[in-house]
Amino acid sequence: MLRQVEGSKAVADAVAACAPEVICAYPISPQTHIVEGLSALVKDGSLKNCEFINVESEFAAMSVAIGASATGARTYTATASQGLLYMIEAVYNASGLGLPIVMTVANRAIGGPINIWNDHSDSMSQRDCGWLQLYAENNQEAVDLHIQAFRIAEEMSIPVMVCMDGFILTHAYEQVDIPTREEVKTFLPPFTPRQHLDPADPVSIGAMVGPESFTEVKYLAHQRMIDSLRKVQEVADDFERHFGRKTGGQLRSYRTEGADTVVLALGSVIGTLKDVVDELQLDGHSIGLVGLTSFRPFPFHALAEALKGAKRVVILEKAFSTGTGGIVTQDVVRAIEGMGIKDFTVIAGLGGRPITIASLREYLTNAMQENVERITFLDLETETIEKELSKERALR
Amino acid sequence: MFQVRIHGRGGQGVVTAAELLAVAVFNEGKHAQAFPSFGSERTGAPVIAYCRISEHEIRAREPIMEPDALIVQDASLIKQIDIFAGLKTGGFVIVNSTENADDLLIAEKLKVLTTLAILPATEIAMTHLGRPVPNAVLLGAFSALTGVVSLEAVTDAINEKFKPKVAAGNVAAATAAYEYVMNQVASNA
Repeated sequence: MLRQVEGSKAVADAVAACAPEVICAYPISPQTHIVEGLSALVKDGSLKNCEFINVESEFAAMSVAIGASATGARTYTATASQGLLYMIEAVYNASGLGLPIVMTVANRAIGGPINIWNDHSDSMSQRDCGWLQLYAENNQEAVDLHIQAFRIAEEMSIPVMVCMDGFILTHAYEQVDIPTREEVKTFLPPFTPRQHLDPADPVSIGAMVGPESFTEVKYLAHQRMIDSLRKVQEVADDFERHFGRKTGGQLRSYRTEGADTVVLALGSVIGTLKDVVDELQLDGHSIGLVGLTSFRPFPFHALAEALKGAKRVVILEKAFSTGTGGIVTQDVVRAIEGMGIKDFTVIAGLGGRPITIASLREYLTNAMQENVERITFLDLETETIEKELSKERALR
Repeated sequence: MFQVRIHGRGGQGVVTAAELLAVAVFNEGKHAQAFPSFGSERTGAPVIAYCRISEHEIRAREPIMEPDALIVQDASLIKQIDIFAGLKTGGFVIVNSTENADDLLIAEKLKVLTTLAILPATEIAMTHLGRPVPNAVLLGAFSALTGVVSLEAVTDAINEKFKPKVAAGNVAAATAAYEYVMNQVASNA
C-alpha cells in the first residue's frame, strides 16, 4: 500500500514483511528509528515468531547475529558510523562463515571530529569485508533492496549491507509502497540454510584454517562475490516481475544516450543529479547519469557497457581515501581501462554538507569542458584551507 | 513545486509539523517530501524542517533555500537568525505571536512582498489542547493563508498521527486557527 511515511519506518515495515526470526541491534543515530520501529512491531505482536534481542554494543549485535544465523534463523541488524566500526571484527566473520545476515547501514560520517551527519565513510571503510553492498537512491528503493537483500543473501550464502543515506533518507517522509507479508512471501521463500548448528546433529563451523588451504577458502569467497553479480540482477528482475518496480540491480542509466559526459554516483544524491542532468540537457549540454546500486560486487562489465561512447566520466563520492582520492573511482578506472574515457572525481557531501543543485551545476559545467582538477572537493573553503596549511607547514 | 520552511525550537513539534503537512498533501493525491535539518534535537534549540509539495515526483534532496512559505513557530527567532533568507517575492509568512508586525521587526527584516499572518498559536493550542504546542495550529493557519492544502486534509493527517484525545484537541485548535486567519484575510480585503 502506498503510504507517506518516514524512511526508517518504511524500512522497519519492509524488514518485518520479510519475517526475520532474530533481530538484534544497538541504537546509534541515524539508524535508531529503524530498530525502534521493529522492536515496537515485535512487542505489539504484529511481527510474530521473531525474537528481538537487546544487546550491549554493536560488537555484540553482530556476534548475536552470527550465532542466530548459524542456527538457521533469518537474521537482521542495523548500524551506522562508529557502530559499524565497533562491530568490524565480527563483520568479517559473518562473511567468512557465509552467513546470510542482512544489515542496514544508515550511512553516516566517521569521527573524529565527531559528526552525526551523512556521508559514505562508514560503509566504504568496509569495502573489502566480503559483504555485498547495495546503495538506495530513495526510500522506495531502500524498502525494495531489503526485500531483495534477504533473497540474494540466502541464495548466495553471503551477508548483504543495504546502505541508505542517514537522515537524508532515514528521516525523510516521502511516499513509499511497502509490500505486505503475503506479497513478500511469493517472492522470498523460507530460509533453508545449507548447513546449520543443531544439537541433534552436531557440526563445527568456523574452525581454524591453516596456510595449506586459507588461500583456497578466500578464493572461493572471491568467486562467490563475483558470481553474486548475476544474482543481484536476477533478483532485481524477478522483483520487477512481482512488484512492477525497477529497483535494485547492478546499476541504472539515466539519459546517457549519446552523452559526452556521464556522472556516476551512489545513493540519494542520484535524485538531485537527475534534476541537474535535466536542467543541463535543457541548456543543450551532452550529459547523462549512471546510478550505481551494487558497489560490492562491482559491475565492471555493466559499467563499461553503460559508459560506452562517453568522452569522460565524473565520479561523485561521499567518501575518500585520505591522501589518495576517490574510492569508487579506483574501480571505475579499472572498468573503463582502454576505452579512452577520462575520469574526474568530485568528493561531496562530507559530514552532511548539503549537495546543492547550484554547486553541482557549476562544477559539472566546468567538468564538461575538462576545466577541473582530477579530484575536486565540492564547495571547499579554499581560503581557510590555504591559511591553515601555511600555518601548519611553517611549524613543521 | 511549492516549498515550505518551518522554523521553531526543539519541543515545539517542528519536525512533526512538516510530517503532518506531507501526509495532508499526500492524502490529496500530491507528492510531498518532508525532512528535518538534523542534529539540533534539543529542547529549546532552533530547529528547521522542510516540506516540498508537487504534482510530480520529487527527486532533489537539497535543503530548501528559496521557500514559497515560512512557518515561524517561535517569533523570538526573528531577532536571532536570518529567518526570512531566500523567501520568494509573493510568498507567505505565518508567525506565532501575540505581538504585531512592527514589534516583531518584520517590516525591517522582511525585504520582499509577502502575505503575512500573525496569530497567537500557542494560546490557541492552550485553549483547545491544554498544551503549548503550536505546530498543528499553524498548519490550520497555513491552509487558510495559502490554500495549498485543505483544512480537511490537515485535520485528517492530525487524526492519523495522534491518539483520539490529542487529535481532537489539535483538530479543534487547527480549525480555530484556520478561522482566525480567514477572518484576518477578510478584514484586510
